[in-house]
Amino acid sequence: MSRIDAKFAAVKAEGRAALVTFVTAGDPNHDTSLSLIKALPGAGADLIEIGMPFTDPMADGPAIQLSSQRALKGGQTLAKTLAMVAAFREANSDTPVILMGYYNPIYIYGVPRFLADAKAAGVDGLIVVDLPPEEDAELCLPALEAGIAFIRLATPTTNDKRLPAVLAHTSGFVYYVSINGITGSATPDFAEVGVAVDRIKAHTHLPVVVGFGVKSRAHAAEVAKVADGVVVGSALVDAVRRSLAADGRAGTGTVESVVGLVKELAAGVRDGQRVRA
Amino acid sequence: MTNEPNSYRTGPDEHGHFGLFGGRFVAETLMPNLLELEAAYAAAKADPAFAREMASYHTHYVGRPSPLYFAERLTEHVRDLAAAKGGSGGARIYLKREELNHTGSHKVNNVLGQILLARRMGKTRIIAETGAGQHGVATATLCARFGLECVVYMGAVDVERQKPNVFRMEMLGAKVVPVQSGSRTLKDAMNDALRDWVTNVDNTFYCIGTVAGPHPYPGMVRDFQVIIGNEVRSQIMDAEGRLPDSLVACVGGGSNAIGLFHPFLDDRGIEIFGVEAAGHGLLTEAHAASINGGRPGVLHGNRTYLLMDDDGQIIEAHSISAGLDYPGIGPEHSWLHDVGRVNYIGATDAEALAAFQLLSKLEGIIPALESAHAIAKAVELAAERPRDHIMVVNLSGRGDKDVSQVAEMLGSHLS
Repeated sequence: MSRIDAKFAAVKAEGRAALVTFVTAGDPNHDTSLSLIKALPGAGADLIEIGMPFTDPMADGPAIQLSSQRALKGGQTLAKTLAMVAAFREANSDTPVILMGYYNPIYIYGVPRFLADAKAAGVDGLIVVDLPPEEDAELCLPALEAGIAFIRLATPTTNDKRLPAVLAHTSGFVYYVSINGITGSATPDFAEVGVAVDRIKAHTHLPVVVGFGVKSRAHAAEVAKVADGVVVGSALVDAVRRSLAADGRAGTGTVESVVGLVKELAAGVRDGQRVRA
Repeated sequence: MTNEPNSYRTGPDEHGHFGLFGGRFVAETLMPNLLELEAAYAAAKADPAFAREMASYHTHYVGRPSPLYFAERLTEHVRDLAAAKGGSGGARIYLKREELNHTGSHKVNNVLGQILLARRMGKTRIIAETGAGQHGVATATLCARFGLECVVYMGAVDVERQKPNVFRMEMLGAKVVPVQSGSRTLKDAMNDALRDWVTNVDNTFYCIGTVAGPHPYPGMVRDFQVIIGNEVRSQIMDAEGRLPDSLVACVGGGSNAIGLFHPFLDDRGIEIFGVEAAGHGLLTEAHAASINGGRPGVLHGNRTYLLMDDDGQIIEAHSISAGLDYPGIGPEHSWLHDVGRVNYIGATDAEALAAFQLLSKLEGIIPALESAHAIAKAVELAAERPRDHIMVVNLSGRGDKDVSQVAEMLGSHLS
């Protein structure tokens, strides 16, 4: 059983939804970022998404755009991101790590080399925003062959006709983007989210996690009532930004403040459990 | 590469590929929209009423056909250059006068097609990205004509250097959004336009300004621009009784160039030159020459030649001309480069600036700084070719928008 499958099974056994946390690799700098990633499981993150920074994050809102810029300014590269995952794996063998980003840095690194290095580093899954099913031959199919899950985004525009194509080569879990829009924007209508999750579940046995617009313990609890997992990203990288000194340097409180928010969100997914039970 | 296809004019394939290039590298949210657009465009293309409607606006609103003009004094000039080097050559240079179109450039050809298509699709809100502002002005113009809401994304840096076009767009009723993200130029304007589209998929039509972006845009925009080359084919027959020997056009994204080139791609004896913006020089880091200084990668929905670093991060382009200041190029150009059908060369900022003044003084035509790149290389190439050689240069836009920028630069040179 893969690390992703095992984690969802374990969380389900606890009768609750999983907390999926996103931070950008190298934000605000390499060392702080690595400390933060290492601290996430202890704070209650069940799965970790690590953003591979890119100069042109077209599907992301201002929070993640700025986070990517901070990381790139600090000298973050794809090779360093893979090394961070390997460093994380030295002390953690059960928390799934999903790399999330855009295709160009992977394409330039070289797909076969990237998949080999990612597998060796302990990467469990990939989310590549600008690779829809129409481009599956690029990375999705080679990743599945290499034993790395390829997690697809489904959106409110993904209708029943298109859903089977989107789910065809999806593995690990399905990431439902709760709004039409960019990351970190509006908060979704939670009732509609529940309907959408049920619609997707009618087509797949994979866990369905929900992201975009989840900012607080209360939001996490709402989503946890209707989904198998809750993704939080922009709120966390925004906490990174707020922790920085006026000159943009990492303060001493960056890890603590993000960890504090993760603990609240972890409490949120457990609040959701009580309602669901 | 030298593997010659049977025809250079069949692309893209059904997946939107021109060889290795093109494709649909977009977020899932946009895929249903792209498929809807592809189907709507295929239906419009097959509908004679769509072609008739477009032709009517070309004649009565845009002012087509644009003239094909024999540049007599520019031709004399290149003959003098050839003679100064001891030669007896100097090609006959014709200018395709796209700068005489309504709104002042070739951009209107594409916008007209897309806006008529948006109307057929029932879309009420139009968004666009713009660099120099020519595409933004053309979009704002047609939105005014058809009473559509118009939002134009423009890099904050470009808003500063192309103020007259910002005023024009606002006068036409468009909302201009200065883009503060990233490098605050054309590529970031395109990012923000894509972000808008993802957010407003239901009622919004994204009117892309060049032959780039995800399928079906590169092929569709080309189809709306090939009227340039189609007109040249019949105009040069009237003027000279035969086809030209060479074609020259500037290339940023490459829509004016593909519009001129495409109808001639299978006339294999015709030499074709695309002129990229070489900025401070191809050996410096400050240029916008994606083919001459970049490599294949994926950005803005397609695979194409891009300027990037070793980590795959996109590098800011540089050009004197905001319209060429983009780190990529249309995927069909990337393919035409790889198969060796089109020669992509570079003109520097300084060469474009000199050509800007040269054409103004010799022909009484102030070219856009973008088009001045083509003029610069056309003069060089024409001087090396015989007197019976016929060269057609695309004068893609007029330079009114650039006059104050050029005056400032020349002033600082003199002082």
